[in-house]
Amino acid sequence: MPDTVNNIAAEDHLDFENDVADLDRQMKELRRLTSIKGIDYSAETRRLHQEQVAQLKRIYSNLTPWQTVQVARHPKRPILTDYLHLMVKDFRELHGDRSFGNDRAIVTGLGQIGREKVLIVGQNKGRNTKEKVACNFGCPNPEGYRKAMAKMKFAEKFGIPIVTLIDTPGAYPGIGAEERGQAQAIAVNLAQMSRLRVPIICIVIGEGGSGGALGIGVGDRLAMLEFAYYSVISPEGCAAILWRDGSQAPLAAEALKLTSKDILKLGVIDAVIPEPLGGAHRNLHDNIYNVEQYIIKTLRDLKRTKLDNLLENRYKKLRSIGAASSEKLRRKTQAAADRIAVALQAISPRSKKVPAKV
Amino acid sequence: MGKEAKSNWDGFSLKPRREMPEGLWMGCPGCKHMLYRSSVEKNLSVCPECDYHFRIGADVRIKHLADEDSFAETLGDLTSSDPLGFKFRGTTYKQRLRDDEKKSGSKEAIRIGKAFIKGRGVVLAVMDPNFLMGSMGSVVGEKFSIAAEMAVEEKLPFVAICCSGGARMHEGVVSLGQMAKTSAAIARLDESGGLFISVLTDPTTGGVTASFAMLGDCTIAEPGAMIGFAGRRTIAETIKIDLPEGFQTAEFMLEHGFVDMIVHRKDLRNEIARLIDYCHK
Ligand SMILES: [Zn+2]
Repeated sequence: MPDTVNNIAAEDHLDFENDVADLDRQMKELRRLTSIKGIDYSAETRRLHQEQVAQLKRIYSNLTPWQTVQVARHPKRPILTDYLHLMVKDFRELHGDRSFGNDRAIVTGLGQIGREKVLIVGQNKGRNTKEKVACNFGCPNPEGYRKAMAKMKFAEKFGIPIVTLIDTPGAYPGIGAEERGQAQAIAVNLAQMSRLRVPIICIVIGEGGSGGALGIGVGDRLAMLEFAYYSVISPEGCAAILWRDGSQAPLAAEALKLTSKDILKLGVIDAVIPEPLGGAHRNLHDNIYNVEQYIIKTLRDLKRTKLDNLLENRYKKLRSIGAASSEKLRRKTQAAADRIAVALQAISPRSKKVPAKV
Repeated sequence: MGKEAKSNWDGFSLKPRREMPEGLWMGCPGCKHMLYRSSVEKNLSVCPECDYHFRIGADVRIKHLADEDSFAETLGDLTSSDPLGFKFRGTTYKQRLRDDEKKSGSKEAIRIGKAFIKGRGVVLAVMDPNFLMGSMGSVVGEKFSIAAEMAVEEKLPFVAICCSGGARMHEGVVSLGQMAKTSAAIARLDESGGLFISVLTDPTTGGVTASFAMLGDCTIAEPGAMIGFAGRRTIAETIKIDLPEGFQTAEFMLEHGFVDMIVHRKDLRNEIARLIDYCHK
């Protein structure tokens, strides 16, 4: 019988999936016996298969944050090119930042999702070694962020909505990257994406590595795939600093609250897109279908909103991040503003050049 | 960094050598001279021999920069709610916050308010290296954004003294979000025609460099300040070659086109006032 659930090779099992891999081996053995001896083991196979489904359900409903990071980094997890092939019709890649080069860690281009024309901006990790090297394992350089912004401005000019697919361990930490202004390139994207006059949907499809992810991650909606992660620093980096031991990454992953479930609770993302049983790498098609449906539905909603309101809402959304006790904060702000007004009146005679409005 | 210092390193004291050592006498990391502490402090915490710029806390910075008694602080008592309930190595983020409050005398890593600089009214934001290495969590992001909004509403120039180890790990993705939030606030200030002067001091790194610090209409740096995105250790480990001399300094940033001018601490007030006058409509 077709093995639709655990659709991966033996070596692709993660270390916490031993039971699943065992069942795989048993089913394979039964199939071998069937073909050699002609004995019908279909009942047994069906039972093992059901057991495997149960195992996967059990494991994946209780993934630890560190296990989630491993799933997000799985070598067979769908990457940008898979989405471009399976979700985007008539894709036309647009290259180059018009200033320095064409960073292949970020791919940009026009295409169609459902019936919508969109600009796709996404980080690409590459599938085989050659591709991985070419796109620097998904770690963009400044020219990647500048290419993204150049194409987003182009999309804005023609009213084309933007979809960004985030999947990067982080922006590349190299000498050239610093010389060409990695920080400035990301900063400019954050500021300008907050003001672009087209709908923007951002989705973390794998690794949401810090500023490198955020550099194409500011928009009207931010969603995460169920087993993606999004973090201010890699668990390894955090462990090396706060635990003084990089191998404590599982503890750091726990503390950083980097899973989709936790981040939804923190109010930093708008939605979690469910993955197929056992993670996106077990069923590319279903996974990408879920993402496609989210984009189509969300785009329909966003296009109904007037552009001025869209931008106002976008700003409010960004502005509210971390303002957990925003009511309290607003009251405090008002009280402070009142105090300042009084204070300024007291010192205002000193103001000569630019008198403050009080 | 000595062996002793390294074993106590918590990721928020990037270069202990930069902080002013205790005692009557102090060594200068720049020229290795022994200096009389009060003579350095009188000299704006700059070495009188070699112009080495020491790190200074927000209080001292405000005294240096603002006209006497003109700083009217906003939200000085805002503290972090510890959104993740962050625990590490037998201690907690909450405890770190309490410790650094005692150490620095600040409630958070940034102070904001209105002030006058040589008679020019400004909104001023000053980051404090003595509070969790000036790292940006929800309170820093919130206060910075409020400061930018004040500048829009009151049509005042906005001057920010940046000094930060980057986004604050202890608030996880919430800290990351502050990069987007503060950048969006600066984008609105920009749209309103407001002036934003960003002053980069030692150190300005990570998520703060990759957000508001690099968004100034004018970007000033203090001499010798470390300014960059990725940490030196991370880069060295990634590329496995020695980093060039003077990498990620203010001078390096000027050379590569990301800083308008390098200004000695004693000239900072003058230069800011001059820029404000040039931009005054
Ligand atoms: Zn000296």
